Amino acid sequence: MTDPAPIALDLTGPRAGGRGAAASLDLTRVLGPALATTYLSLLVLLPLAAVLSKAFQAGLPSFVEAVVQPEALAALRLTVISSAVVVAVNALAGPLIAWMLVRDQFPGKRVVAAIVDLPFALPTVIAGLTLLSLYGPTSPVHVDVAYTWAGIVLALAFVTLPFSVRSVQPVLIELDREVEDAAATLGASSLTTFRRVILPVMAPALLVGAGLGFARALGEFGSVVLISGNLPFKTELASVRIFNLVQSNDLQAAAAVSVELLLISLVVLLALGVVRGRVDAHLRGRP
Amino acid sequence: MRGRWLIRGLGLGYLAVLIALPVGAIFWRALSPGLAAVWAAVSSPDAVHALLLTLGTGVIAVVANTVFGVGAALLLVRHRFPGAGLLEALCDLPLSVSPVVIGLALVLFYGEGGWIGGWLSAHAIQVIFSPPSIVLAVAFVSLPYVVREVMPVLQELGTEQEQMAATLGSSPLRTFLRLTLPAIRWGLAYGITLTCARVLGEFGAVSIVSGSIEGQTQTLTLLVNDRFSNFDQPGAYAVAVLLALISLSVLGLLSLSRSRREAAVR
Repeated sequence: MTDPAPIALDLTGPRAGGRGAAASLDLTRVLGPALATTYLSLLVLLPLAAVLSKAFQAGLPSFVEAVVQPEALAALRLTVISSAVVVAVNALAGPLIAWMLVRDQFPGKRVVAAIVDLPFALPTVIAGLTLLSLYGPTSPVHVDVAYTWAGIVLALAFVTLPFSVRSVQPVLIELDREVEDAAATLGASSLTTFRRVILPVMAPALLVGAGLGFARALGEFGSVVLISGNLPFKTELASVRIFNLVQSNDLQAAAAVSVELLLISLVVLLALGVVRGRVDAHLRGRP
Repeated sequence: MRGRWLIRGLGLGYLAVLIALPVGAIFWRALSPGLAAVWAAVSSPDAVHALLLTLGTGVIAVVANTVFGVGAALLLVRHRFPGAGLLEALCDLPLSVSPVVIGLALVLFYGEGGWIGGWLSAHAIQVIFSPPSIVLAVAFVSLPYVVREVMPVLQELGTEQEQMAATLGSSPLRTFLRLTLPAIRWGLAYGITLTCARVLGEFGAVSIVSGSIEGQTQTLTLLVNDRFSNFDQPGAYAVAVLLALISLSVLGLLSLSRSRREAAVR
C-alpha cells in the first residue's frame, strides 16, 4: 500500500486545477490540527496545566506538606483500596455476566443487557440516591450501608460494572463456542475449560476493563458523595476531599491532592499498558 | 448444565441486588406520595429552570463536541501530521480525570485570580458561577465519546469510495455530506448518545464551577443533591425519577444505535 494522498491529489487535478487543489489540501492540513489543538487547549490542556501550576505555586515543600497531611493521606488510602476492591469484584462479576449474555439463552435477555448498560446512562448522583433508597437509613429491607465503607464499594461497583462486562463481551463473541465444546469433549471440567481456554484469551480485555474501571473509581464523585457521608479519616474519599477543600477556598491544597490523584491514575494506566503488551506478546508467541 | 444454571443465578442475582432492585426502589419511593405531589415537585419554578438550564447548556456542549469529534476523527484517521499521537491521547484524557479535578481546573483557568480570569473580568465576561461555566464543564467531561466512536468506523470505511467520488468531480464537502456522513451515521449516533448521557448527568465538575445558585446556575443533578441535603427527600426523589426517565430513553437510543452500528460494521 502506498500513501493514498498523492493519488487523490493527481485525480482531483484536472477538475479543480492542480494548484488550487494542492492549496486547499495544505489548508486543511494546517487549519484542521490548529483548530483541534486550540479547542483542546482552551478546554482541557491549559486548565489542567493551571492545576499543576497551582499545586507547585508555593514551591515543592508546600506541595509535599499538603500531600502528606494525615487527612489527605487517609482519603487517598481509602480511595486506592476501595477502587482496588471494586476492580477485584468486577474481575469476577464482569466475565460471569458477559458469559451469561453471550452463551446463555433465556427469556428477557435483552432487558438484562439493557440493565448492564444502565449505569452508563444514569446520572451518578441518581445512582447514589438509588442505592440509598434501598440500602439507606430508611431501608425497606433493613440493610443500611449509608456512611460506611461497604456503601462506598457498592456505589463504585454500580458505576463501574459496564466497563468490566462490555470489555470482555466482544472477546467471548469472537471465541468459537466449538473450542469450549472440544475441551469439554476431551474431558476438561468447566473450571479447567475456563482456566485453560477462556481466561488466556480474555486476559488482555479483562485488563483493559480493569484499567478503565480503576481510573473511573479513583475519581468518582457523584455516586459516593451522598452515600459516604464524608467523615474525615473514615469515609472521606480523595475526590470528596478535593471538593471540600475547594469549598473552603484552599485551592492550593485541592490542586496538590488533584495532582496526586492524576499521578496515580497515570501510573496505573501505564502499568496496565505494559502488562497488556506482555500478555499480547505472550499470546502471539503461542502456536 | 448445572454450571449454566449456577452462572445464570449468580449473574442475575448480582444485577438484581446491585442495579434492578435499587432502581425499582427509587421509583416506588418517588411515586408513593402520589402523582399530584410528583407533578408539583417537578413543575415548581426552580425545577423548570433547572431543566431548561440543563438542556440549554447541554445542547451547546453536545453540538460543539460533535463538530470537534467528527473533525478530530477525520484528522486522526485520514491525515498524518506531527503531534497526532499527542492529540489522540489528549482526546482520551478526560476519561481518566476526576470530575472534581476538572471543575477545579476550570476555576483555576477561567475563575477570579485564574490564568485568564483577570482578562475576562476586565472585559466584563463572567464564566465561573454562571451558565458558560456549565457548558465548559460538561463539554470537558463528554469530549472523548464522539471521537472514540467515529474513529473505528472511519478506519473500517477506508478511502477508496471517497477517492472515486473525487475522481468523478465531487467536491470535498459534497463527498463528506453524501458519502462519508451516511457511512458513519450509526457510529456517530452512538457517540452522540453517549455524549448526551454524560452531559445530562454530570455533577462533580458542574457543582464546583457553577456554584449551584438556586434559580440561576442549578442544573437538575444539582437540584436533586440540594433537595436531598435539605431534607426534601420526596422532592429529590421526584426530580431523580424525572432524570432517570430521561436517562432510560437515552439508554433505549443507546441500545438501538449500538445494534445498528454493529450491523453496519459487519
